[in-house]
Amino acid sequence: MKLRTLTLGLLTASTLAFAAHAESITIATVNNGDMVRMQKLTEDFTKANPDIQLNWVTLEENVLRERVTTDIATKGGQYDVMTIGTYEVPIWAKQSWLLPLDKLGDDYDAKDIIPAIAGGLSVDGKLYAAPFYGESSFVMYRKDLIEKAGLKMPDTPTWDFIRQAADKMTDRANGVNGVCLRGKAGWGENMAFLTAMSNSFGARWFDENWKPQFDQPEWKNTLQFYVDLMKADGPEGASSNGFNENLALFQQGKCGMWIDATVAASFVSDPKASQVADKVGYALAPDNGLGKRGNWLWAWSLAIPAGTQKADAAQKFVSWATSKHYAELVASKEGWANVPPGTRSSLYANAEYQKAAPFAKMTLDSINAADPTHPTVKPVPYVGVQFVAIPEFQGLGTTVGQLFSAALAGQSSVDDALRQAQDAATAAMTEGGYIK
Amino acid sequence: MARSVTTQHKTIATVAAWIVALLIFFPILYTIITSFKSEQEAIQGFSIIPSGTFESYAEVQAQSGYFKFFFNSVLLSVGSTILALLVAIPAAWSMAFSPTKRTKDILMWMLSTKMMPAVAVLFPIYLIFRDTGLLDSRIGLMIMLMLINLPIVVWMLYTYFREIPGEILEAARMDGASLWNEIVYVLTPMAVPGIASTMLLNIILAWNEAFWTIRLTTTEAAPLTAFISSFSSPQGLFWAKLSAASTLAIAPILIMGWFSQKQLVRGLTFGAVK
Repeated sequence: MKLRTLTLGLLTASTLAFAAHAESITIATVNNGDMVRMQKLTEDFTKANPDIQLNWVTLEENVLRERVTTDIATKGGQYDVMTIGTYEVPIWAKQSWLLPLDKLGDDYDAKDIIPAIAGGLSVDGKLYAAPFYGESSFVMYRKDLIEKAGLKMPDTPTWDFIRQAADKMTDRANGVNGVCLRGKAGWGENMAFLTAMSNSFGARWFDENWKPQFDQPEWKNTLQFYVDLMKADGPEGASSNGFNENLALFQQGKCGMWIDATVAASFVSDPKASQVADKVGYALAPDNGLGKRGNWLWAWSLAIPAGTQKADAAQKFVSWATSKHYAELVASKEGWANVPPGTRSSLYANAEYQKAAPFAKMTLDSINAADPTHPTVKPVPYVGVQFVAIPEFQGLGTTVGQLFSAALAGQSSVDDALRQAQDAATAAMTEGGYIK
Repeated sequence: MARSVTTQHKTIATVAAWIVALLIFFPILYTIITSFKSEQEAIQGFSIIPSGTFESYAEVQAQSGYFKFFFNSVLLSVGSTILALLVAIPAAWSMAFSPTKRTKDILMWMLSTKMMPAVAVLFPIYLIFRDTGLLDSRIGLMIMLMLINLPIVVWMLYTYFREIPGEILEAARMDGASLWNEIVYVLTPMAVPGIASTMLLNIILAWNEAFWTIRLTTTEAAPLTAFISSFSSPQGLFWAKLSAASTLAIAPILIMGWFSQKQLVRGLTFGAVK
């Protein structure tokens, strides 16, 4: 009897001890297809790590950015793992808000991460966020329409070719727009596209002394080309169109070309969602022969805030979610086409992935064509291809985005928009202490 | 002749009212319709006939688990309303029956706090919640919702209490009723319709509050506003799922509002025609 009581007592105590030891980590993320898939597959992680429980907080992108910024700046400690982008990582790492990822495990193989992506997530050679999926931008075009127009899309088109093709493919009577581009105002919306495009026109946000450059001819050429192209061949109400709106238009067969995120390739080629799935071709983002292409670089990445009390458990999770093993897990459950793209070189060397994702090579070439540390033709004092990695950029980028969106909508001229952008940038940089 | 003109006016007024009502309700109706479409149907353009699939509802439930958020919404809206009434009834009693020359100013000041942009106080509130351990707690959010709706609750109750003759309370006092007994046994029963409509309105306001409920919660206290927010996607078209999540979130309060609309309208227009 005594023995039974003792055994029961020991069992209860050990159960309680285990429960007390079990850690729960909270992960903040966005509602993207790849992220949702990760949530479904976490059983694989919790089986291997029964002492770690996972709590998910999924938020809309802008709310997520605001929430995690508030939490990390005030050391609120609500999150142990955060999903953040290439813009935040260098800024937050310099503020010592993130922990360096130096305990990802021996078999993690950090060298396998695509160098361009790893470069954007590292500060002073240390990795501060692990990429969950990476993307660049490229041209998605309708093979049938370009053939009908009597043209052949080169792998490396120029902006002049894009304009010529857009003019020929536009067929208003049948609801086909030659080209669909972002017009919705926002630093991550139209300014992501226009900043990347401006790089290929030789423009830059600031010179080496942080003096704004919107009064230079390169920006005038960029914006004038964009507005003229969209007025001639773009969809109606383009100034309200972001990624999702253009995706809907392209999937419904209303765009001849769409220059946007490489991650869109899996959506437009999905026969369940796209009416033109079997007619889509891919090409690198256009250039103007100046040595830079108009493509960007972005990675949704997992980072650990410095205020967390559960750093070891958080690193274990980050290591699992961004590992080669995870890619194989997704492939075994949902096929190679659904593996998160753009993070590891080994994925692009995998014959099965190449077969399942016809856009794989072009995605990798696009990512490799972007250099966040040398994004422009002329030298600049900042890092970032489609953004400037300084805290002031979110506000300034959105203000300039609103001005350029108004120019596209015909509410102001290109010259007025550029003049106001120059004034806004000069005021922001003066206030920030970058210039006097 | 006069009668036919009156009938004609009535018909025009009725048709106009229906058109306005339909225009106001249409976005909600279209959200409900879209929730019964597949994702492909949802992006194919305007159509008011769905295929009738329930797949979005199934996926929404599988992805996020509706009932946990629903339970939090009920708890937060009812809890914050009870807290608000506990504070507002004595406050409104004092202002209605023992006014001072500053009472109107205090009422106006209380109302003016509703005009302050919430984001302006986000950081101080966040820090207070962090330091008091109230982040992601139901009680913390109940207090927050109570505080932001308190001006409206006090104002509404003050308007109702003003309609009750002070002599009745005086009579109770002469009969030896204490202050507590006066409020609980005399004032409150007479103001039940007013308190009920204030309660209903406060529940609706608390249910729909999205700024603080999203920003001060993570997992434990997150209500349906956080549930909807989690289905908005920057890259990908999930309109059917987003519509299903929205329908699930608004359905309970819509049904409650439908059944209590008479009380709500009566409460909101009380004293308006004097």
